[in-house]
Amino acid sequence: MKKFMDLRGTCCPYNWVKVKLELEEVDNGDQLEVLLDDGEPIRNVPRSVTQEGHALLKVTPEGEHFRLLIEKRGEK
Amino acid sequence: MADIRFSEEQIRRYSRHILLQGVGGKGQRKLLGASVLLVGTGGLGSPAALYLAAAGVGKLGLVDFDVVDLSNLQRQVLHHTHDIGRLKVESATTAIHDINPDVQVVPHTVRLSSENALNLVAGYDIVLDGSDNFPTRYLVNDACVFKSKPNIHGSILLFHGMATTFLPGKGCYRCLYPVPPPPGTVPSCQEAGVLGVLPGIIGIIQATETIKLILGIGEVLSERLVFYDALTMEFKEVKYKRNPRCPVCGEEPSITRLIDYEEFCGLR
Ligand SMILES: [Zn+2]
Repeated sequence: MKKFMDLRGTCCPYNWVKVKLELEEVDNGDQLEVLLDDGEPIRNVPRSVTQEGHALLKVTPEGEHFRLLIEKRGEK
Repeated sequence: MADIRFSEEQIRRYSRHILLQGVGGKGQRKLLGASVLLVGTGGLGSPAALYLAAAGVGKLGLVDFDVVDLSNLQRQVLHHTHDIGRLKVESATTAIHDINPDVQVVPHTVRLSSENALNLVAGYDIVLDGSDNFPTRYLVNDACVFKSKPNIHGSILLFHGMATTFLPGKGCYRCLYPVPPPPGTVPSCQEAGVLGVLPGIIGIIQATETIKLILGIGEVLSERLVFYDALTMEFKEVKYKRNPRCPVCGEEPSITRLIDYEEFCGLR
């Protein structure tokens, strides 16, 4: 199962807060696709994702934005 | 509760909790689903209530029959100058909702007694004792033992205070002090005075304990008493165990129903 979140226009730290909440809801191994702004968001969110033990599978630049593919890891 | 989605406003309000490892959305939902009975909205209950409300504890019961007096305002930060003469539970409700409208406040405008204590305590997950007199303190203790509720204790006098968390089966106030002191031997705040900031420290320790218990994180002050001296700024810890001969939580309890002790120290 793969969920998608469009977090363009959502600033730090609320983009990560929303990703974190979503990751709490899904099962281990589930994937989450996130669209993020350039700048602070793309510097901060990937770091938080890996710091909490989740896997950052892919980061794809898309014009002004970035598409992240995250896989949930760790305890549910 | 677990299925309820946070509103945009809640995501923002509680973001600093949600960000914390060990709390997260899961922990914030526990706080929103929890209920705490605050006995007293005075020196200890004021800071405790403000922080529990800010943290998003879903339901706060307030027990207080008193009205706001000018002499309260030196330390009872829930109440304001324009509240003088108002019921404390009313001014407390206003102050709590001003901080966080998510919180459901249940005012209990009564003096805690053997008639009502068991029912009041039974309706909440946790009891925070912010009382300022021995009759109430012993009622809270015994009711919590009878109903198996955690009793977050705090008390203050002059420049020092203490706090501990009595978990069911892990000791109680009577394990430490089996009966109230004889009338006249311990001065009350009214006679002796109290440093205004002191209940802030102790009340916030009580609120911290309450939040940790709800979240199930860290180590609560169970079987430990913390003493605080504002003048030397020293914290001292004393360990205790449940007393098997405790009159209320021991092996053969002699107290099996609530007792209304005489009010003394001119509190009545
Ligand atoms: Zn006991």
